[in-house]
Amino acid sequence: MNAGSSDDVRLDDTAPGDQGSGTITMGRAVWGYLIGFALATLLSVVSFYLTRSTLVWEPSIPIALSVLAIAQMGVHLVFFLHITAGPDSVNNLLALAFGVLIVMLLVFGSLWIMTHLNHNMLPMDQIMKMQR
Amino acid sequence: MWGKLSWAVIPLDQPLILVASTIVAVAIVSVLGWVIARGHLPYLWKEWLTSVDHKRIGVMYVVLALVMLLRGFSDALLMRSQQALAYNAPGYLTPEHYNQIFSAHGTMMIFFVAMPFVIGLMNFVVPLQLGVRDVAFPVLNSVGFWLTATGALLVNISLIVGEFARTGWLPYPPLSELAYSPGVGVDYYLWALQISGIGTLLAGINLVTTVLKVRAPGMNYLRMPMFCWTTLASSLLMVAAFPILTATFAMLLLDRYLGFHFFTNEGGGNVMMFMNLIWAWGHPEVYILILPAFGVFSEVLSTFSGKPLFGYKSMVAATMSICLLSFMVWLHHFFTMGAGADVNAVFGVATMVIAVPTGVKVFNWLFTMYGGRIVFATPTLWAIGFMVTFVVGGMTGVLLAVPPADFVLHNSLFLVAHFHNVIIGGVLFGAFAGYTYWFPKAFGFRLHEGLGKAAFWFWISGFYVAFMPLYWLGLMGMTRRLQHYDVAAWRPWLLVAAGGAVLIFIGIILQIAQLVVSIRQREILRDSTGDPWNGRSLEWATASPPPGFNFAVLPTVGHEEPYWRGKQGPRSQAATEAEPVYLDIEMPRNSPVGFICAFFATAMGFGLVWHIWWLVGIAFFCAYATFVVLAWRDHHEDIIPAALVARLDRANRQARSMAAARL
Amino acid sequence: MSAIQATGGATGDGHNLVVIPERRARESQVASGAEGTRIVVAYGFWIFLISDIILFAAFFATYAVLADSTAGGPTGRNLFDIRNVAIETACLLSSSLFCGLAAIGARFANARLFHASMVATFALGLAFLSLEAREFSHLIAQGDGPSRSGFLSAFFALIGCHGLHVTAGLLWLLTMMAQVVAKGFRQDVLRRLLCFSLFWHTLDIIWVALFSLVYLVGVAP
Repeated sequence: MNAGSSDDVRLDDTAPGDQGSGTITMGRAVWGYLIGFALATLLSVVSFYLTRSTLVWEPSIPIALSVLAIAQMGVHLVFFLHITAGPDSVNNLLALAFGVLIVMLLVFGSLWIMTHLNHNMLPMDQIMKMQR
Repeated sequence: MWGKLSWAVIPLDQPLILVASTIVAVAIVSVLGWVIARGHLPYLWKEWLTSVDHKRIGVMYVVLALVMLLRGFSDALLMRSQQALAYNAPGYLTPEHYNQIFSAHGTMMIFFVAMPFVIGLMNFVVPLQLGVRDVAFPVLNSVGFWLTATGALLVNISLIVGEFARTGWLPYPPLSELAYSPGVGVDYYLWALQISGIGTLLAGINLVTTVLKVRAPGMNYLRMPMFCWTTLASSLLMVAAFPILTATFAMLLLDRYLGFHFFTNEGGGNVMMFMNLIWAWGHPEVYILILPAFGVFSEVLSTFSGKPLFGYKSMVAATMSICLLSFMVWLHHFFTMGAGADVNAVFGVATMVIAVPTGVKVFNWLFTMYGGRIVFATPTLWAIGFMVTFVVGGMTGVLLAVPPADFVLHNSLFLVAHFHNVIIGGVLFGAFAGYTYWFPKAFGFRLHEGLGKAAFWFWISGFYVAFMPLYWLGLMGMTRRLQHYDVAAWRPWLLVAAGGAVLIFIGIILQIAQLVVSIRQREILRDSTGDPWNGRSLEWATASPPPGFNFAVLPTVGHEEPYWRGKQGPRSQAATEAEPVYLDIEMPRNSPVGFICAFFATAMGFGLVWHIWWLVGIAFFCAYATFVVLAWRDHHEDIIPAALVARLDRANRQARSMAAARL
Repeated sequence: MSAIQATGGATGDGHNLVVIPERRARESQVASGAEGTRIVVAYGFWIFLISDIILFAAFFATYAVLADSTAGGPTGRNLFDIRNVAIETACLLSSSLFCGLAAIGARFANARLFHASMVATFALGLAFLSLEAREFSHLIAQGDGPSRSGFLSAFFALIGCHGLHVTAGLLWLLTMMAQVVAKGFRQDVLRRLLCFSLFWHTLDIIWVALFSLVYLVGVAP
């Protein structure tokens, strides 16, 4: 992360809050959002379509949906939130990476732990059922 | 109209509670009366309650922590004396009351003593160390403090109006569900912590942004003092962990208020999910507390050894790896709940891995002291006491991290001894070290050394006398939270532990005496230079107490220890150095938003606890309106004229050059 | 690792707290001047949004764990109306586009574009909310409310938490429009608008996770 002078590298898409050098025209800015919107719509439509079609092997549909969802989140991040790998948003990206790591740890950790707990100890409502 | 509230909720039949709350009420009223009678109210309002100055807010955090420490410690005395008396006897506290006391003790000590203490120190010190004028979001900082204070106030209201939770410091369901805790105790707990949790989140966001985005020119990451690094790690954990707490408590609230089935026995709820989530917050939480303490010790040991911190970069690496690892170990709090060998093994090993960076830190502190010219001032004593005590506590922690051993020790007094060992020996000693170390910076005079040292010796001996027996009792099979018992072998150890609590009590009295004596002798203890300890980082480069703008001219940082390097030049350099050009300084204007917001938050929390829905609605609307009004203001900044800046800075420069001439 | 990353430097434009030489000003991270403040505010808000995402992750983890705890009640496949979800998604996605257009309008001080886009954003957000409210009331009316099972509790809390965020966003949106009318495109108003658009786009990202992993996976064969 060595960006001696950020002025040398002036990307069109800038980090949140950084309005850049102000050289972007209004048309280009609108165009950026429209591309993002088109990509996001495409990915959403594919997701909705997948659940009703036989295009994908059935057991793998949740995985396909997850992949599509992650791709769409990426599209939103880049085109709407302007979080990119550019030198101006290294700190934003690092914070996001930290957040994503925590989210993954929390979700997959919980699922892993709770699956094992349920495997070893019956969930409470099943114990209650057995007592009846 | 008044929901569940009626005169019957005031426990008129419990003399102990009545006496305690009368004392608290008399204290509050007399302090208020004194303030009003002496005409200090406008000063208090203008300079403190509405202040957005990070130093003032830091001081208020620490004051809150110290006051709540007294409250939490009196609970500790009650518990120790109850257990000393209740051998084959009921003791003097009823089970219902005893359960409330240990719940309140834990809740207050963690959320309203340890948290505000470390946040207060970070708030006060970090902008000064970074060489800037304030934190990133000064008004938000004030709001965060006042929301924390709201939480503390709600917990204290529960003392007299209604009851507090009887569920322990973390309200495990199903006990905390409506079916088993129908009273308002758990609701007080939940709403107090939800409100103060928002405050903590705001503090975390503020500090992360300050450290990452607001630094003096030239202060790059690897030139920041260690305390700033630990602040960054700790506040990143706040930002990442506190939302989990908020979500978990929200689920429990939904269970209690709207009949959801998250953690209930019936209806497909899963009790274990609460333990899972609460500890996904709870483990990072202990590192939120201990990391700033590590930072304090790093500063203190390097200053009083007269040496730079040994292994600065390894310290940074250790801090950041603890920050990440702390999120990967939470299951060790519930090894015994039956996740099985695979899961337990993974989390057991992960827990032991955390001991590695912590060990790196301990060795770095030792090598910092090695070969140094150590000054045994009070902060040094706290730091050395910490190193010994914390290593013991850490070792028992590694024992508990072994799942088979945990099956024996879980929920026993061994566990209680362990976490008091690391929290008192780590966090609290660190907080006291920081309090003594930075007190002269905040108020311009030092604390009395003799009384400080005496307090330290009583605290540390009291700690060992009070908690070492608990390890032994735990191994003997005594579980925690017992209101009475009939095992003769336990009795002597519990009596010893009660004696330890008395020693700590003497330590606390000595600390109060230290404060009083220091204030009375402040002219003798005065520090005119702003650098009483021969410090190394930038907070010592300005006057004590620092002016509102901290630095007349922002320092330019070219080294890891800019202030120390500056002092190593010709002795009178400070005096001969050309006077800088002073300019007008814009500072954020004071704002009552935090205080007003806390007022409505208290009303809202109270209404929610007692189901007074109209109060909730009004308070919520008013809080929203407060923010809109805040957003509408046109002047957020006051200008401090260059002439005033110059006058204040010249006075400090003169004091410094006089001190240099005396050397 | 140098001190200079990521902020684009604080180029003074007359609002500096202190005068520092031009070259150094570029290297510093001190929040000096309008641009510096904007970067600091946006970064702080970004940190808040990440904490918000973690809040959702906690609800989501609970949903994932409780998804099969139906207590003998209906499952997602019985309850979810995918057509409704598709319309909701369309609303929120296009509201995100209009929110972006509003940001452009604010940036180029084009009041007409700004207000028109904000109104469109509001309308679409409101449509989303009312569709969600209809879904919720429908479920509750047929006895499948949050008290029915652990699964439904987690579902209502997760989706409801998103809905609450959208509600807060709509309130904020109206406040921002009023601010622009009253104060124009002032620097502090622009900063708040920036935060608002970050907030709104983030809600959309969270909705992507919800419609894919809650609704679509819920009805997947």
